[in-house]
Amino acid sequence: MSEAAVAGLLVLLVLLALIAVRAADLLLAVVALGGYSFAMALVWAAIGAVDVAFTEAVVGAGVTMVFMLAALLRTSRRRSPVAVGIQQVALPVVLVVGFLLVALTTALPPWADPAAPAAVHVSPRYLERAVAETATPNVVTAVLADYRGYDTLIETVVILTAGLGCWLLLGRRTP
Amino acid sequence: MNLPYVVAVSLLLLGLYTMIAHANLMKKLVGLTIFQTAIILYFLLLSVKRGATLPIVGGAAAGADAFMNPLPHALMLTAIVVMVATTGVALAILIRLHARYGSLEEPVLAERAQTEAGADRPDAL
Amino acid sequence: MIERHESVVVTTFVRGLVPLAQLFGLYVLVHGHESPGGGFQAGVVLAATFVLLALALGREVLDRRVSEPACLALACAGVLLYVLTGLVAIAGGGAFLDYAALPVPLPAARARWLGILLIECGVALTVAATLVLIFCRLAAREDAR
Repeated sequence: MSEAAVAGLLVLLVLLALIAVRAADLLLAVVALGGYSFAMALVWAAIGAVDVAFTEAVVGAGVTMVFMLAALLRTSRRRSPVAVGIQQVALPVVLVVGFLLVALTTALPPWADPAAPAAVHVSPRYLERAVAETATPNVVTAVLADYRGYDTLIETVVILTAGLGCWLLLGRRTP
Repeated sequence: MNLPYVVAVSLLLLGLYTMIAHANLMKKLVGLTIFQTAIILYFLLLSVKRGATLPIVGGAAAGADAFMNPLPHALMLTAIVVMVATTGVALAILIRLHARYGSLEEPVLAERAQTEAGADRPDAL
Repeated sequence: MIERHESVVVTTFVRGLVPLAQLFGLYVLVHGHESPGGGFQAGVVLAATFVLLALALGREVLDRRVSEPACLALACAGVLLYVLTGLVAIAGGGAFLDYAALPVPLPAARARWLGILLIECGVALTVAATLVLIFCRLAAREDAR
């Protein structure tokens, strides 16, 4: 994807995020969030993370938006304006955290550097030995399911627990 | 200055501001979703290498430098699906709160919960 | 309560699309080894097809095919499949989730390939069933409490 297309996508991303945050009507906010999730999935596909972009496109732009719309229909569409007192606290907090985070990003290795510590620690071993050891060309699947199998097992149990929690919270039996 | 990371940090700050400043719980959930996707973007930016392609190893033997770092992708895959599952639970909690107290605004909710607790047990809090 | 969509274009299109989309989801599951895909992607695509079915054709169509206890049972079955694969590896003489020790007449790399396929099926089952369950609960009738 060309640089101009990626830059355009990033502008669209920030625009949609601002609409989602500033909208007074919650329906507009939820729909803008769905658009933001899809634009984010396109950005990730442009970077090269296709597995992750696939999942986010289906989940963020599809399923999460339907969940939020269903919940909106059962609660209310309006929201009250931001209270001035909270706004005065939120802005300094965000500015301080932002300053710290941006200062920390300068301490990170240069972006897209093949010699960065994250790229030379254990992942070259995965990339070089995945096909020989697991007969799986898709190294992300090999890492997820074989080399880091314990993590995936526990994450699956977390998903099951979330489903159980939702089922119990909205159960048929009245409180 | 690492510009791509600054983009991820800006989105993160937008989500953080929404979570703190807005009183409506659904708006806070929108801010939380923006926060989570910004963090995922940050991790994926860590996995990019100059001149590298997708982490799918083809037939021709090539060194590890020709492919992206696959480890953050694997971590973020599970993060996304856990994100949607926890959004589902959060929405279930919001529905129950609205059914019980009739509002999703945080000050109104706190006040009504306080009144209920005070009415049930006069010596509470 | 989600009603059937009024437009015949939408209902006909969705009736044709849902089987193809589910086939694509299964394709993504079994081709996770060679192309971008795998358990999580297949699970969310399958869940999305069921949600689409309910949105376009009405809630009764989904309720006829899917019951919530069945969804919960399938989600637990997915986790069980994952754990059983690990336990079978122990029975074959290796560590937990060491697929090379699975008792199948295959070389070590191929046995790990099979182990990956089995657990991806488990993950897809759990993810799809959980998301459909959450949708059924969130989109329930207002007075069904």
